[in-house]
Amino acid sequence: MTETRKRAMRWSMLGVLLLSLILPVGAYFIATSPSVTAEEATNPRADYWREVRSGQQENAYTAVTEHSAGTVLIQSSGQNWRQLRNGPLATYGGMILIAALVVITLFYLLHGKVKLEHPRTGHTLLRWNSVDRLLHWVVAIGFIVLAVTGLSLLFGRALLIPVFGKEGFAAYAQIARDMHHWIAPVFAVALLLMLVLWIRNNFFNQTDVRWFAAGGGILKEGHPSAGFMNGGEKMWYWVVFFGGLAVCISGFVLYLPIFGQTRPDFQLSHLVHAGFAVLWIAASFGHVYIGTIGTEGALEGMVTGHVDESWAKQHHDLWYEEMQAKQQIHPPKEGKVSAEATGDVVSSGAS
Amino acid sequence: MAKMKFLCDTERCIECNACVTACKNEHEVPWGVNRRRVVTIDDGEPGERTISVACMHCTDAPCAAVCPVDCFYTTEDGVVLHNKDLCIGCGYCFYACPFGAPQYPQTSEYGARGKMDKCTFCAGGPEEDHSAAEWEKYGKNRLAEGSLPLCAEMCSTKALMAGDGNLVADLYRERVTRRGGRADVWGWGTAYKG
Ligand code: HEM
Ligand code: HEM
Ligand code: SF4
Ligand code: SF4
Repeated sequence: MTETRKRAMRWSMLGVLLLSLILPVGAYFIATSPSVTAEEATNPRADYWREVRSGQQENAYTAVTEHSAGTVLIQSSGQNWRQLRNGPLATYGGMILIAALVVITLFYLLHGKVKLEHPRTGHTLLRWNSVDRLLHWVVAIGFIVLAVTGLSLLFGRALLIPVFGKEGFAAYAQIARDMHHWIAPVFAVALLLMLVLWIRNNFFNQTDVRWFAAGGGILKEGHPSAGFMNGGEKMWYWVVFFGGLAVCISGFVLYLPIFGQTRPDFQLSHLVHAGFAVLWIAASFGHVYIGTIGTEGALEGMVTGHVDESWAKQHHDLWYEEMQAKQQIHPPKEGKVSAEATGDVVSSGAS
Repeated sequence: MAKMKFLCDTERCIECNACVTACKNEHEVPWGVNRRRVVTIDDGEPGERTISVACMHCTDAPCAAVCPVDCFYTTEDGVVLHNKDLCIGCGYCFYACPFGAPQYPQTSEYGARGKMDKCTFCAGGPEEDHSAAEWEKYGKNRLAEGSLPLCAEMCSTKALMAGDGNLVADLYRERVTRRGGRADVWGWGTAYKG
């Protein structure tokens, strides 16, 4: 690799990182800087070829006007993109995903499930109404499909072609790509609604500071207080918020190539999209773990809408007290006490 | 083994677009797709220069490196071809290619990409030589009949040359020696340095 290439790579890597951290929207407007060779800077003729190589020649014209590359003769940022995607993105992305799974598995093996400390009373609290639940599950299922199909494009060549062969994988990849495109708009709309509806639950306050200081009651012993949402859940909300914005906006830049985007726009959007997607997927393993096998009694809240009194007291004591003050604790329905008190998942009614 | 290359002599190209037209006609390239294009820089000013560009059949082809379904292959002649049956129209090769060679027939109003199409160096595709399927998807296979790409054959000033890289480079060097001036093997540094 030449020094200039390395430099260009470092800069564009830094640029992508910074931009994607600060303003995922603005990132779309900034093109990766093409490499320029310094020794040719003086010769006017060489100047001109340098411009061509950097894709920046002025005053160019082509009769083939509908061509997607237009009058750009050489674009060097494609090489940067190729190296960043096939290199750091695929390598570190893969490592991050595997590391997240390993950490969660170890945590589960060492720590086990967070059990209910007191038996269920059968008294329940309404935690998520039907709109909440519908949105959450549309988002969750959409996310899983988008993640699986997206990762198939990124890693399928290395992992799936050896298994299914090129024909088999290409047939699957075509379906995966179409599904990614069909699900994406539905996912984006549901996600947006969910974020808007839930934002008021998720502003940090003093309680959360104490919750984090106590390690969420997981890393250290004890039961830090929490309102409707605890500090960890709020953190996940903001991951979803910013990750969602970055992934959705960059995704649509790629998805609808009809606004005159140029190749540098696509390249940057792609890196932002796939980079944030991988980080988000890694973080989602944690959320899914806590929402399923990690915490006894949590999933039923998102499935049935109701949680048991004992669960609420243990995990969200301040919310429980609020609900108690408002007399929102429902006694067990007749004849259903035992079913509800023992069943892990009562119904699959997602609406 | 031969390594096929294009060379466009920018001192000679007169922007007649015959190569563009010849290609389009020879292969009956789909609507909206142009495998070759001619770009003029500093149009109407001193030092105006014109270049005909298409797929350069790169050595370490960026398109092939990023294709998620790995559908590119390089022939014995060093021609970079791809398999449209495998292509999913993701657009990655277009992002990566330095020369803007990959093109897509648009399949909807929303810009959805169809199967990628690009210059084949008149060498067809993975289908059987001269078969109907090959013609349908990739156009004529002139290389298999012993002919070179039509764009270069048609070029009235012989600015555009196509063939074994060594022969083409020799011809060009001879020209430059005779007429004086500097050699500008346009695009070769980008396409073949790997
Ligand atoms: C199979 C996958 C999933 C399961 C089992 C699951 C489970 C849950 C459960 C049980 C809750 C409620 C927690 C509580 O009542 O305190 C919840 C909340 C939530 N989930 Fe999921 N979830 C899944 C996937 C996702 C995905 C993919 C996303 C977003 C991309 C997501 C975003 C959220 C958000 C934002 C909340 C609320 C947190 C807050 O507002 O602070 N979930 N999830
Ligand atoms: C708002 C919704 C989304 C849109 C519009 C969108 C769109 C796209 C597009 C256009 C591509 C390029 C590939 C192609 O055209 O086939 C892509 C790739 C990808 N997407 Fe999405 N996407 C969305 C959401 C997501 C989500 C939620 C994830 C994962 C959590 C994700 C993960 C990926 C990955 C990993 C790739 C592949 C990158 C690669 O091959 O290098 N996408 N997406
Ligand atoms: S010019 Fe573009 S399409 Fe042709 S081989 Fe090189 S990268 Fe691939
Ligand atoms: S558009 Fe087709 S040929 Fe190009 S990278 Fe995608 S699948 Fe491969």
